[in-house]
Amino acid sequence: MSRIEGLFARENPAFIGFTVAGDPGIEASFGVATTMIDAGVDLLEIAVPYSDPVADGPVIERAHARALRAGTTPDDVFALVRRVREYAPALPLVLFTYYNIVYRRGADRFFAEAAAAGADGVLVVDLPSEESGEVAPYAARHGIDRIALIAPTTSPERQHAILREASGFVYLISLEGVTGERDRLPSGIVGLVGAVREKTDLPLAVGFGISRQEHVRTVTATGANGVIVGSALVRLIEEHSSDETGMHEALATAITALRDGLTPRS
Amino acid sequence: MKAGRYGVYGGQYVPETLMSALIDLEETYGRVREDPEFSRRLDWYLHEYAGRETPLTYCENLSRDLGCRIYLKREDLLHGGAHKLNNTLGQALMAKFMGKRRLIAETGAGQHGVATAIAGAALDLPVEVYMGEVDTRRQALNVFRMELLGARVVPVASGTRTLKDAINAAMRDWVANLRETHYLLGSCVGPHPFPRIVRDFQSVIGEEARRQVLEREGRLPDTVVACVGGGSNAIGIFYPFVGDDVALVGVEAGGDGLDTPRHGASLCGGSVGVFQGALSYLLQDGDGQALETHSVAAGLDHPSVGPEHAMLKDSGRVRYEAVTDAEALHAFRYLSRTEGIIPALESAHAVAYALRAADDLDKDGVLVINLSGRGDKDVADVASLHGGVA
Repeated sequence: MSRIEGLFARENPAFIGFTVAGDPGIEASFGVATTMIDAGVDLLEIAVPYSDPVADGPVIERAHARALRAGTTPDDVFALVRRVREYAPALPLVLFTYYNIVYRRGADRFFAEAAAAGADGVLVVDLPSEESGEVAPYAARHGIDRIALIAPTTSPERQHAILREASGFVYLISLEGVTGERDRLPSGIVGLVGAVREKTDLPLAVGFGISRQEHVRTVTATGANGVIVGSALVRLIEEHSSDETGMHEALATAITALRDGLTPRS
Repeated sequence: MKAGRYGVYGGQYVPETLMSALIDLEETYGRVREDPEFSRRLDWYLHEYAGRETPLTYCENLSRDLGCRIYLKREDLLHGGAHKLNNTLGQALMAKFMGKRRLIAETGAGQHGVATAIAGAALDLPVEVYMGEVDTRRQALNVFRMELLGARVVPVASGTRTLKDAINAAMRDWVANLRETHYLLGSCVGPHPFPRIVRDFQSVIGEEARRQVLEREGRLPDTVVACVGGGSNAIGIFYPFVGDDVALVGVEAGGDGLDTPRHGASLCGGSVGVFQGALSYLLQDGDGQALETHSVAAGLDHPSVGPEHAMLKDSGRVRYEAVTDAEALHAFRYLSRTEGIIPALESAHAVAYALRAADDLDKDGVLVINLSGRGDKDVADVASLHGGVA
């Protein structure tokens, strides 16, 4: 059983944290990851910083920019994954990337290095199913799950096509828009989880806009297998970038509070 | 060739949220192209409102000076002062047919923003235009023009604060509002079907130029030259000549020179990569990060180029060259003084290359330069660069 399968085989829904590798600095990024793990994330998504992250809102976009300013390269990201893997041997790790990083390196090499570093899955945010044939053989060859995205705008036919290729888990986008904290989650998420649940046995994790305990509660009450929190955590890194101790405390406090919103499956 | 591909280039590299809008757009575009009512209304706007057809001006002074027969395709005389309106009228009308209630756009030099604002006003659709903060300063006149036309200009302060970041911001807006909003992309870039839509709407330039030059010269030109940023004016004039025995030359922004990092010549100095939704040539580092670009012409200051140009480069059908800022500024003055026509700094790149190319033509050789826009917007900028007119 893979680490991702093992996680979602558990009874309770998973809390998935997101961080941009190299934010706020290359070394500091390892500290951020370990703090998030110690505070209780069940799966860590590590983003490869990219110059033009069009799927991301301003908070995560600035994190990409900070990481690049710090000089973070894909080599540094793989090195970070390797260290995190040593720190938390059982924790599922997913790389989140834009396609040009993969294309430029060569998909075979990218997936080989991801596997060697200890990543379990890769999510290429701007590679819809129409184009995903470009990476599919390499993900399979190196035993990496290809995390698929389904949006509220995805038609039922596309959902089928996407689910045929997905592995690991399915990332359901809660809203029409880019990443970022929102006051309220759109009500449509209940219907989306239900509709996709009917089509697949893969675990469903919901992301985009989730930033409060009540959001976590709402999402897990839909029967989703996990929630993904990005911008709300990345914002804490930004706010405490000159105070590392404060940053770690803030991350740990936020993760503990958000985790408390996880609704156990009855 | 696979739909949406130009050779290996093109494609749809976008977040899943956008796919439904692209599928919808492709379907609508297929439908409106067959709809006589759409064609009738677009023809009306192009001819009665925008001022088509634009002249093909024989330049007597330039021809005498350079020793061959030189024509300018006068897109500078189109309403709004640039070729951009061909595409914005077409797409705005399409948005109407799709039932969209709002237009968004991005702009570098401001010309596409102005053209979108014009089309929005003419077709009664509200317009928001994203523009890099740097560009809002260097193209202040166009910002005022857009606002006068009723558009809202949104300055973008992220990244390099130029066109590339304005496109990112517009894409984010579109992701969030795609049910009521049409993203009126300004060049033949981005995910399928945008490169094809923009090329088709701009092909009117080449169709007219081809007919006009045949009428005037009784034969096709030897060479057609156009500037290339994203590449919409160039693909518009090239496309109807692709099957002909005519040399086609695209001129990119050489900035401080291709041997420096300060240029915007993605075809001459870049490598293949995926950027803003399409596989094409891109100015990028070894890890795939887009590089900062530079051009004296804001409209050419962009790290990538339309995928059809990438294919035309690889096949050798079009030759791509770069001219420097200094050459473009020289051409800006030269055309102004020689013919009384002030070109846009973007178009001045094509003029600058023509000064070189004319050496290879004899006195009967025919050269067509696509004068993609007029230079009024650049006058203050050029004056401030050189401390005055001289």
